[in-house]
Amino acid sequence: MTESSVREGGVRSSNMVLRVVCKLLIPFIMLFALYVQFHGDYGPGGGFQAGVIFSAAIILYGLIFGVHNAMRVAPPKVVRVLIAAGVLLYAGTGVASLLLGANFLDYDVLGHEAVEGQHLGILLIEFGVGTTVAAVMTTIYFAFASRQR
Amino acid sequence: MAITVLAIIRLHNLVAVVMLSGFYSLLAATLFVVLDAVDVAFTEAAVGAGISTILLLGTLALTTQHEKIRALPRFPLVLVAVTGIALIYGTADMPAFGDPDSPIHEHVAPRYIHDSAEEIGLPNIVTSVLASYRGYDTLGEVTVIFTAGIGILTLLGIRRWRSRKPATGQSQGNGTGDAPGGDAT
Repeated sequence: MTESSVREGGVRSSNMVLRVVCKLLIPFIMLFALYVQFHGDYGPGGGFQAGVIFSAAIILYGLIFGVHNAMRVAPPKVVRVLIAAGVLLYAGTGVASLLLGANFLDYDVLGHEAVEGQHLGILLIEFGVGTTVAAVMTTIYFAFASRQR
Repeated sequence: MAITVLAIIRLHNLVAVVMLSGFYSLLAATLFVVLDAVDVAFTEAAVGAGISTILLLGTLALTTQHEKIRALPRFPLVLVAVTGIALIYGTADMPAFGDPDSPIHEHVAPRYIHDSAEEIGLPNIVTSVLASYRGYDTLGEVTVIFTAGIGILTLLGIRRWRSRKPATGQSQGNGTGDAPGGDAT
């Protein structure tokens, strides 16, 4: 357990079964994250859960193939921008409704009808939540893992 | 769950403690499913059992696997026991579990249940409440997570980030060679 988490810092694990299964699983994990993200209006789920699942896919990649390879997939620079972008998208939705003449974060005015506006608003802010959560979780993992031997 | 907690208290091997706390989160998620709080169960399973276990293991890899055994701290133990007894005593006044007449079920909850289908148009009331009725609160939560990310970056990340970036940009050999150099500091 710890051996593998220590090893992940620099040397790549040479476990072939893990690598192949991981490669098979990661696309489905990401797809499931997107499903949870955009189907959260109708079933259980939402931005928080989707963000965590998406970052779990990246972390899994980092655990098996090494942090440096994960950092090439999700460059820390980009991830850092995404942390702020999610919050900005959320707050920006609020400002947009403010500019359209309603209260902050009142989505009724975003669409032609109130319900349509609510749909759009919720979709946008959930996406903002998901972006920030995924980026922060990935950043935290990078910050811890990149310090390891 | 009680057995898990007792085992966590007894054990001194921190890896086992982390594993058990993940297991505890999984049990808590199951409990939430039983209570019909599927969204909360989802979050608990993903965050509590998944990500935090990985992050705690990462922390253990940075620090040490074994707890330093110290003498039993008397004063905090008494303090915690007294607080716990006071809290349990306080629950005696709370309304019975699932009581439809309790204050929490008479304030805004009926409106959410009756009107959210027309006002928001979503079948999942939890999403309606989180994202629309309580939009400010959720914005606050996202800001908390944002702050946590910024804090981690400031405390742990930034210097390594900069020193590693040219290495990751070049080649794999340089990328792995960079790690021992980083450890020396």
